[in-house]
Amino acid sequence: MIRPDKGGGPDRGPLLALFGAALVLFNFPMLMVFDRDATVFGLPLLGVALFVIWAGLIGLLAWVSERPRRRRPRREKGQP
Amino acid sequence: MIAPSIVLAVSAGYLLLLFAVAAFGDRRAAQGRSVIGNAWIFALSWAVYCSAWTYFGSVGRAAAGGIWFLPIYLGPMLAMLLAWIVLRKMVRIAQTYRITSIADFIASRYGKSPLLAAAVTLITVVGIVPYIALQLKAVSAGYDLLVHGVEQGPEAAQPWWRNGTFAVTLVLAAFTIVFGTRHLDSAERHEGMVAAIAFESVVKLGAFLAVGIFVTWGIFAGPADIWARAQVFPELQSLMRLGGGEGTAAFGHAQWFATTILAMFSVLLLPRQFQMMVVECVDEHHIRRAAWMFSGYLLLINLFVLPLAIGGMVHFGPGGGMDPETFVLSLPLAEGATVLALVAYIGGMSAATGMLIVETVAVSTMVCNDFVMPSLLRLRGFDARAGGDLTELLLNIRRAAIIAVLLLGYLYYRIAGDAYALVSIGLISFAAVAQFAPALLGGIYWRGGTAAGALAGLLGGFAVWAYTLMLPSMAKSGWLPAAFLDPGPFGIELLAPEALPGLTGLDNLTHSLFWSLLVNVSLYVGISLWRGPGAREASQALLFVDVFEQGDDAAEPAPIFWRGRARLEDLVDLSNRLLGPLRARQMFEDYAAETGVADVEAITADARLVDRVERQLAGAVGSASARVMVASVVQEEPLGIADVIEILDEASQLRVYARALEEKSLSLEAATAELRAANEALQSLDHMKDDFMSSVTHELRTPLTSIRALTELMLDTPDMEAEQREKFLRIVVSESERMSRLVNQVLDMAKMESGHAEWHNADVDMRALISDAVTITAEVFRERGAVAVADLPAQVPLIRADPDRLTQVMLNLLTNAAKFVPKETGRAEVILRVRADDLVVTVRDNGPGIPEAQRAAVFERFRQVGDAATRPHGTGLGLPISRRIVEHSGGEMWVEAAPGGGACFAFRLPLGPGEGEGHGHQGADCR
Repeated sequence: MIRPDKGGGPDRGPLLALFGAALVLFNFPMLMVFDRDATVFGLPLLGVALFVIWAGLIGLLAWVSERPRRRRPRREKGQP
Repeated sequence: MIAPSIVLAVSAGYLLLLFAVAAFGDRRAAQGRSVIGNAWIFALSWAVYCSAWTYFGSVGRAAAGGIWFLPIYLGPMLAMLLAWIVLRKMVRIAQTYRITSIADFIASRYGKSPLLAAAVTLITVVGIVPYIALQLKAVSAGYDLLVHGVEQGPEAAQPWWRNGTFAVTLVLAAFTIVFGTRHLDSAERHEGMVAAIAFESVVKLGAFLAVGIFVTWGIFAGPADIWARAQVFPELQSLMRLGGGEGTAAFGHAQWFATTILAMFSVLLLPRQFQMMVVECVDEHHIRRAAWMFSGYLLLINLFVLPLAIGGMVHFGPGGGMDPETFVLSLPLAEGATVLALVAYIGGMSAATGMLIVETVAVSTMVCNDFVMPSLLRLRGFDARAGGDLTELLLNIRRAAIIAVLLLGYLYYRIAGDAYALVSIGLISFAAVAQFAPALLGGIYWRGGTAAGALAGLLGGFAVWAYTLMLPSMAKSGWLPAAFLDPGPFGIELLAPEALPGLTGLDNLTHSLFWSLLVNVSLYVGISLWRGPGAREASQALLFVDVFEQGDDAAEPAPIFWRGRARLEDLVDLSNRLLGPLRARQMFEDYAAETGVADVEAITADARLVDRVERQLAGAVGSASARVMVASVVQEEPLGIADVIEILDEASQLRVYARALEEKSLSLEAATAELRAANEALQSLDHMKDDFMSSVTHELRTPLTSIRALTELMLDTPDMEAEQREKFLRIVVSESERMSRLVNQVLDMAKMESGHAEWHNADVDMRALISDAVTITAEVFRERGAVAVADLPAQVPLIRADPDRLTQVMLNLLTNAAKFVPKETGRAEVILRVRADDLVVTVRDNGPGIPEAQRAAVFERFRQVGDAATRPHGTGLGLPISRRIVEHSGGEMWVEAAPGGGACFAFRLPLGPGEGEGHGHQGADCR
């Protein structure tokens, strides 16, 4: 029996997807992509990349959390 | 160098400020105007995660390992992405069942096992006390650096009473006692403390950012400049590569992954995090916003870690004698920015004190509820039935626990000092609390977990942790022979604690985490599967895993797994002793109000009451102790697994009944409403019938009266002049005609209303019909010196209707107009327009018009609007009949005001069959 939570909040789907994305982005072998002697605006690539990915994830989390919740059709009680 | 008196005065001032903030928070809470009831404060309070280990240690780690300091903060980011799913469930469970510590949470999930609670407490104390020592060391080291300056190395040992650290410890103990144990709160919430911690989080972030900005743009010319100048030192190059400062060419991705996962668990499972995120949560909806705000906080506080670390090493030279962990203080000091150094020190102190306060409150709650109370309950002389108020005792136990935990931390700091065991304790503590993850997270998503499995997993994991991380750290500190590490205990290489069974190539943390969690999960799952859960475990599992399905509406109560007999007096006594008489009274009164009982004395001591009392007591003494105490005052029937299933069945049946009842009452309500509406309609019909009867008789009586009067007059006056007689007879005839017209119309109306009227539908050309009607009424108009004109289109489609009836409508409207137009200047206009789906006929005149308020009334029977004295004669049935005819033909009729004040009647008739709904009133040529 799955009942919609009262009071709204972000959907589970986008959150789980973000978690999966973060797990990949913050991990081997994705980090090897940035692990080189290059610089961005005079700064080492790896550090910049990690902070940019991090900030991006926070932005997405904020967006997923704060956007108005889609109204899903509520099933009537008692229906299967 | 700064004078010690200044440093001490500023520190004391800061601590006083902290007291003030906390007192303010508590006062506002008491007034019911909470300052912590929003997501911002909630998120800031989570930042207690950033202890002195972050504040000073991150720079040290970054100086040694470059980018490797980051996983500690990327892990929490991962956890925050799932906070809404996982953390909210933990909060809902904790608040539903009054859980106040992580030990309580785990114990409660597995059948309120006191043994499990004690095990969790033990692991926490062993894992956390060194961590507390680390914070004290940070405060002390910072103080020394400020007072003795950067030139001097580690200061000569001072006697302990002259060291400010001891004073700080005592002040913190006082703070924690004042704001952590002011009263025994069954929700175990401390608003003042949370306000103070949120304040400390702002201070430490602000201070760290200030130092970061000063170093990056004050000492250097921006981050790019720092990096450019670091190019001179080849040993700094590798810091920004994954190979790290350790110089290993291969990326230790296992270690990276392990540290991230470790931090992910820690941000949820460290006692201080559990206290802030779960226990102090005001509203679970704040989690939504706090999750990303806290992530943002972590990003901000880490932004300048690398610039500080690399900048410091460039400034002092790599290996230049300065400990990188002190860069936050030593860089401003070396540049002569003493005020900034002082600010940085206060920031570090806020990081340390925040962690100390919350950790101590959390640990002391556990020690009191899960160590001391169960032991007391086991004592022979300490019977729960015995009298006496226990609240003061409970508070004193907590106060003693706070002092004990802090002093233990101080002692550890004095003894271990600079030993390796202390320096590396941050991650070692993380690894200890990670042992809670399988039992806790498994417990809220898997129903099959058992107390035996959880206990075995916890102890097994803890043992492996101690053997692979804790003992080696002691060996490295020189407290154990080095041979213990290499080759291994008793010279057995397979037992070497950092390379179990000969597994090499992993760093010690990853190695320990892998083995401890493997043992932990295997034992937890294996033993849980081997011996299934007992009745109490199964029932608690159900309450925890399905917490979102236990609706909070009264119609669907959660099942209560308790059977037995209880006496109200016993429960009241017990509550009085543990909650205090005031709060106990409040609880019973609330319960009486909820169950609709007039008086506390009239409450039935049923399972629901026992459950309520037990939950409230759990808030005060922990669920395991509450279970024991409640069990000691009531007569319980042992609960078998069959009973659990039976109770569940009852609950679900109750749920079905409740739902059916709800549906029944809903349909009953609907039926009642329908009946009421029908009744009202009938009553109004009855009323209308009465009105109709009285109107008809009234209308009939008027001509009848004049007929009778005239005929009587003629009968009484046989010699009446012929001329006079003829005049009277004419009136009699005209009045009789009026009567018969009225009777005909009444019959007509009645027939139409009853549906018995005969309709002879044919194809009707409205153009011809209207011009005929105008011709017929031309005489009536001419009598009044008025004219009627028709404005008709050249061609009109035929419609299907009864032509005689429609003629009746047109004649009625035209004669009405003729009656009301002014003499000599009167003018009526008939306009026919064809629209897409219908025809619109408009009849407008230049008479006095109809006031807007009376327009709806003209279509009611016998309602002749206007002044009764001046209006022309009529039956009052013409318009109602006309409207009915139009409506029967599928159209509608309405009235508007014509320009110049006259009346304008209009009706529309559909062109096709069944055209009920049309374009409304637009298109009538009233203006």
